[in-house]
Amino acid sequence: MDLFISMFVLALIYSTPIIIASLGALFSERSGVVNIAIEGIMTIGGFVAATVIVFTQDSLGNFSPWLSVLLAGVAGTVFSLIHAVISIDLQGDQTISGTALNMLAPALGIYLCQIIFNQQRTEIFRRGFVKVSVPGLSEIPVLGDLLFKQIYPTFYLAVFLVIFSYVLLWKTPFGLRLRAAGEHPSAVDSLGISVRKLRYTGVLISGFLGGLAGGIMVLTQSTQFTATSIHGMGFIAIAALIFGRWNPWGVLGAGFFFGFSQIFGIYSRDIPLLANIPKEVFQALPYALTVIALLFFSGKDAAPKSVGIPYKAGQ
Amino acid sequence: MDTDYVVEMRGISKFFPGIIANNQIDFQLRKGEIHALLGENGAGKSTLMSILFGSLRPDGGEIYIKGKKEQITSPNKAHDLGIGMVHQHFQLIDNFTVMENIMLGKEMTKGPFLDAQQARDRVIEISKFYGLNVDPGAKIEDITVGMQQRVEILKVLYRDADIIILDEPTAVLTPQEIEELMQILQNFAAEGKSVILITHKLKEIMQVADRVTILRQGQLIDTLEVADASEDRLAALMVGREVSFVVDKTPAQPEDMVLEVKDLWVKNARGLDAVKGLSLNLRAGEILGLAGVDGNGQAELLDAIAGLIKIDSGQILLKGQDVSHSTVRERREKGLSYIPADRQKFGQVANFTLADNYILKNYYEEPFCRHGFLQRDPIHQQAERLCGEFDVRSGRGIYSQAGQLSGGNQQKAIIAREFSLKPDLLLASQPTRGLDVGAIEYIHKRLVSLRDQGKAILLLSFELDEIMGLSDRIAVMYDGQITGFVDPREVSEEDLGLLMAGIKQKGAI
Repeated sequence: MDLFISMFVLALIYSTPIIIASLGALFSERSGVVNIAIEGIMTIGGFVAATVIVFTQDSLGNFSPWLSVLLAGVAGTVFSLIHAVISIDLQGDQTISGTALNMLAPALGIYLCQIIFNQQRTEIFRRGFVKVSVPGLSEIPVLGDLLFKQIYPTFYLAVFLVIFSYVLLWKTPFGLRLRAAGEHPSAVDSLGISVRKLRYTGVLISGFLGGLAGGIMVLTQSTQFTATSIHGMGFIAIAALIFGRWNPWGVLGAGFFFGFSQIFGIYSRDIPLLANIPKEVFQALPYALTVIALLFFSGKDAAPKSVGIPYKAGQ
Repeated sequence: MDTDYVVEMRGISKFFPGIIANNQIDFQLRKGEIHALLGENGAGKSTLMSILFGSLRPDGGEIYIKGKKEQITSPNKAHDLGIGMVHQHFQLIDNFTVMENIMLGKEMTKGPFLDAQQARDRVIEISKFYGLNVDPGAKIEDITVGMQQRVEILKVLYRDADIIILDEPTAVLTPQEIEELMQILQNFAAEGKSVILITHKLKEIMQVADRVTILRQGQLIDTLEVADASEDRLAALMVGREVSFVVDKTPAQPEDMVLEVKDLWVKNARGLDAVKGLSLNLRAGEILGLAGVDGNGQAELLDAIAGLIKIDSGQILLKGQDVSHSTVRERREKGLSYIPADRQKFGQVANFTLADNYILKNYYEEPFCRHGFLQRDPIHQQAERLCGEFDVRSGRGIYSQAGQLSGGNQQKAIIAREFSLKPDLLLASQPTRGLDVGAIEYIHKRLVSLRDQGKAILLLSFELDEIMGLSDRIAVMYDGQITGFVDPREVSEEDLGLLMAGIKQKGAI
């Protein structure tokens, strides 16, 4: 039981960046822009968060990781602006643009590390986020151990963002319009609403959430930023979006599923049945499960109808 | 100035490269009237209304709305002035509800949140008042085309428009839906709203419009009181010459059997039986009309004969040869041609040139292709010849993209291609859908002349007039079967209607 609880809690920690990044992709795709640049945006976010925390950990203490991930979100927003301009104003191919940003991001990160730290990685920070236990709630039997004890506060941020995204996208005029832009942009245009602004908003939100997710990932799972810090979690976030059928609640479930799949590599030694299987099998598991999940659940019917198609006003 | 006019357009001109779309056009709309805007495809109706709706800027002229001079710079401005437009191509989001589609852009809110209840009440209130009768909670993808149009109308009403423009609203409707729409338009006029009806259907104008303005080739021809006009007169004004509504043809001289369909079973896209044990024969030199209400298996029957969908069982014989399982190309090479109902989707490649569209089906044959290379000169010579022969008009001749042509010219181009293949059997699915009287008259003549050359034609149409006028025999289809073969010279429209509704069988007439 203890083993399961510790696995579960770690899975929540690993799920957090996937869920937040996947919500980012949700905003972009719901507005009609494919954003596979999430991986690159997370990389930029990871770099910025690790750098900011190195320089502020002494002066700001516990506030330092929060400032770091906030600035990571801002950096992600700025980085995603490139994707927005290419996809929306220049009507470029969104997959190519995203791929280019994914290749650019780690290179840019290393380049800036070289300038700032004279090495191809950031300096090691003392610690990132600090685990917390929620007073009162952590005393609940089992449930308290699973959800409220010794856990990073960023997990609660992820849950909050799921609820917030759902309300924003399904319960407000802005959400109705954003989703409409991803389904049938010319209908939106015919009602005098700017598709361009909606899509920019969608992509920039995805940039902010992607950067935030990258920052949180580095500050909860590493001790420094390297070019491989994100190691495909951005793509897994997109898989979670598809697996979660472009819906915040689905994203929450799918994000947890992929998060859980990652920790088998860490715990396989402790589980008698699995101990004889090479560790590498479990390290490959999240990626293999991604492929399998997409094979079975990649039904296009849930995807926004006009996602990936540039919109030209007046046609 | 006369303030009775809610819209007054003075001397409106609009030029496109090589075309004068509107030349000094005057147009006035009275409060509470239904005003039809009549003209052939390409006459400038849509341009004029796009200017009024703010999606195009005029190159000359002035617009007065309710007596006040206005610059309508965008559809938003038009909305603010109380002008609403129901587009020919619906602007609806399939997986949103009726209510969401209606309130999009002008949402009802409670604090920062959508107020579904209030929006729902408002939609129900408007829809009751005008007899529109829609379910606000239904998803667009689950309702009929006629209902979808009502949603478009509700969008306009929800925005408090009192000047309503409808662009070819009946093109996609069934006869019953058209009837209901006409009633709704009359309700609008009775409530003091002003309606502009863009159309080329004379019957509808005679039925509901108070006045009619006729455009031809960008010129204003006249504005008339409908009470003083007749269908013949309007048609002549629209086309610029006398038009014959009666198809001129001699009795058929049927010869050899061209098409035999035996006990055919076909499933539709959803896997349900659409054609259920159907048999029919068609001889050279005759036109067999296929009558029936849309959705009774006609489309599947034609697609199956053409080879576009697989058959479950039964036989299709073309000139005595079994082609039940032949490919589309094999059937074409045996003399089958097909004019599909959806010219945009299946009839052509919209961003290919006319010249390339003409060779879509036989590009691989001499003289268009030699040693694996396309031959420019023969392709262009054929294109020039077909454009001339079938009077296909376009901005850049044979180099025009097919999708840029008006609907009538697109259809003429498709017909030109199918005729150029010298078919023995022509399947024509709604060959005149959405076309104006001039183009319809032309296409009807062409079909009859093909028949007179000893070819067989299977004609599917939802226009009873067309079926009655063109066919030598009529097969009535209901629920995947033929309920009767009738002679158009002997059957009445009423009896045909009963057969189509499946109420009567042939023996009962």
